[in-house]
Amino acid sequence: VCAVRQVALCQLVHTTAILFTMSSAIMASNAKLETAPFDPRFPNQNQTKYCYQSFVDYHRCQKIKGEDYEPCNYFKKVFSSICPNAWIENWNDQLESGIFPGKI
Amino acid sequence: MPTWGCLGLQDSASPLMEQLTYFHDHTMFILILITTLVGYILINSTLNSLINRFLLENQEIEIIWTVLPAIILIFIAMPSLRLLYLLDETNNSSITIKTIGHQWYWSYEYSDFLDVEFDSFMAPYSIDSNLRLLDVDNRIPIPLNTQIRLIISAADVIHSWTIPSLGVKADAIPGRLNQVSFLVNRPGLFYGQCSEICGANHSFMPILIESISVDSFLNWVSSNP
Repeated sequence: VCAVRQVALCQLVHTTAILFTMSSAIMASNAKLETAPFDPRFPNQNQTKYCYQSFVDYHRCQKIKGEDYEPCNYFKKVFSSICPNAWIENWNDQLESGIFPGKI
Repeated sequence: MPTWGCLGLQDSASPLMEQLTYFHDHTMFILILITTLVGYILINSTLNSLINRFLLENQEIEIIWTVLPAIILIFIAMPSLRLLYLLDETNNSSITIKTIGHQWYWSYEYSDFLDVEFDSFMAPYSIDSNLRLLDVDNRIPIPLNTQIRLIISAADVIHSWTIPSLGVKADAIPGRLNQVSFLVNRPGLFYGQCSEICGANHSFMPILIESISVDSFLNWVSSNP
């Protein structure tokens, strides 16, 4: 959107314009920033297992409790935040093809 | 970012980096004192033409120059261990940002609410308009005074994501998610460069964080599907 030369000024104008046309619905729902919480099962730097475990737990939860069970979405929220989108797409493709290596 | 002739650490933009800088300065002070003292004694002894033929035993000074260094080391170790454990504390982050290293650019994903993804390439150098090797086309907006969880990975080879003024560095390894946590306490632009050799353009994939107010950040997220 903004040319390299006048990035700062352009972004300031752009942001101000958006501020005045903001829909209050989005503002209200995002007023408090929230993300996947700290999980003491994975306290260290390597969070790979947190991502994979949440993904697998979501699908296991759906399988056991049914597709409409709302609390399963906690796992979905976590893996959406933690896992790279490319990984999620890859695993979803594998699930659809029936070649996902994990046990659901 | 450092300016020409910069010898020390960059100005900190995060409370942890501030503590690291203080520890560095504290330890450097002690080291310079020791080096100056030892250097002075060395030069003095070398240039002194007199010889003490009865130099023997001297238990008192031996005790002093054994105990005194031990005390100095304790003065270094105490802040060091305090900082070591401080860096390891678990944080309740308010936002998670993912960064994936590619050859030769970084891609960023903000997936907490609306899924925002973008790539960040080095901006081509044009005279008088940007910082050579440091500017990017899309900066990473970060909300101020918010605990950020950053998940770092790579898509092809090993890279490393770092911002020196925040005291953050972690390798981006394919198939692994490395987590770092930081908080930016002043608005501004903070630069970093890829820190693990990753091929021909390893020197040409910089990182640029722009820390802005929480409101501006929320505006940006909702206007960037």
